[in-house]
Amino acid sequence: MPRLRVATVWFSGCSGCHMSFLDLDERLLEFAERAELVFSPLVDPKEFPDDVDVVLIEGAVGNTEHLHTLLEIRKKAKVLVAFGDCAVTGNVPSLRNPIPREEVLQAVYGPEDPPGLEEGEVPKLLPQALPLHAVVPVDLFLPGCPPSADRIWAFLRPLLHGQTPALPASERKFG
Amino acid sequence: MITLTLDGVRVQAQEGETILQAAKRAGIRIPTLCYLEGLSPRGACRLCLVEVRTWGGRLVPACATPVQEGMEVVANSERLRELRRAILEMLFAERNHICAFCVSNGHCELQDLAAELGMDHVRYPYRWLPFSVDLSHAKYGIDHNRCVLCGRCVRACAEVEGAATWGFSGRGIFTLVEADLGEPWGQSKTCTGCGKCVQACPTGALFEKGKATSEQVKRPAILLEITERRPRA
Ligand code: SF4
Ligand code: SF4
Ligand code: SF4
Ligand code: FES
Repeated sequence: MPRLRVATVWFSGCSGCHMSFLDLDERLLEFAERAELVFSPLVDPKEFPDDVDVVLIEGAVGNTEHLHTLLEIRKKAKVLVAFGDCAVTGNVPSLRNPIPREEVLQAVYGPEDPPGLEEGEVPKLLPQALPLHAVVPVDLFLPGCPPSADRIWAFLRPLLHGQTPALPASERKFG
Repeated sequence: MITLTLDGVRVQAQEGETILQAAKRAGIRIPTLCYLEGLSPRGACRLCLVEVRTWGGRLVPACATPVQEGMEVVANSERLRELRRAILEMLFAERNHICAFCVSNGHCELQDLAAELGMDHVRYPYRWLPFSVDLSHAKYGIDHNRCVLCGRCVRACAEVEGAATWGFSGRGIFTLVEADLGEPWGQSKTCTGCGKCVQACPTGALFEKGKATSEQVKRPAILLEITERRPRA
């Protein structure tokens, strides 16, 4: 059986979901038997490959770069997973959403021409941090801030065996 | 005694009991949010909607509808699951619920209901409106970002404490629970500081100051305990 082509992506999030993924510990060996990590902050390739079976996306869509990347990924990945609360609900990055973008940037960088206000060396900040499904269709949702390694495994393991994950209520909680 | 059927099971109930009470005794789970034992039912949140076959499939809140002889009630179905999920999603979309950043994370009835009813994401667009937090009270705080307008605080304060501090102001999604005539809670002339509203609140909207998230465990059952202990006239 060919190994599943899995990618992970990091948008507007704290990388906690990726840290939790690494917490799979020895289960990573079983993961590696079944899957190949073709793109991720944890591996070298810089270009998102064409045919990805499963992509786990951590983080909200916070700026124009995330937006373009997400639209590209949606074309290239079969199963797109909102990985963790920021991807599912906006979560912590969405704390800024009730406040105008200009005010947020000026509070952080000062009143003079803060980066992110317009397209420049850093991408333009979107008016609001969006959950993934506000931008593209999302196939599966894995809540948690971060989802624990056990929860990630309960979700990933069926996927690695060609099944659709169905988490029990206790493993579906936000927060 | 009244006989009715609940999800096809024949159930006995007392005259004047609600569908919810009958279901509870029969071991049939109906989700609730604004209902709290010990307080009068309000029918505000609609999470407990059930379908009454003998009323042409009408949807009624189980917490506020009395049983009737021969009534046939559907308490769990695909239609009801979808409706309840939609209601929950509207509650989440309407205010700013950021569980990871909430005093009630891990002890919240709304969060638990979302997990129970399979709400794995919110399909409606979030409103992201700014709401205030009032920390003027010496012991407690209120965060309107987390309020679901269930009115449990309003009823706990009026019906059990007898202070009637809380009321609603404004309309629709801009409705706010307010102390007295809208002054900061800390300046309320009626509040006794008993904390019953805090214990009754199902979410992180009302909380105790100086308590970490892990300690912020509510005791909503205390409202029933107090009313039962009280000598009756
Ligand atoms: S009140 Fe409950 S659902 Fe809302 S943010 Fe807090 S824990 Fe989450
Ligand atoms: S603390 Fe007691 S008196 Fe004050 S608002 Fe809450 S329930 Fe009413
Ligand atoms: S403050 Fe709490 S108890 Fe009062 S209406 Fe809001 S959610 Fe309900
Ligand atoms: S619990 Fe019945 S309407 Fe809220």
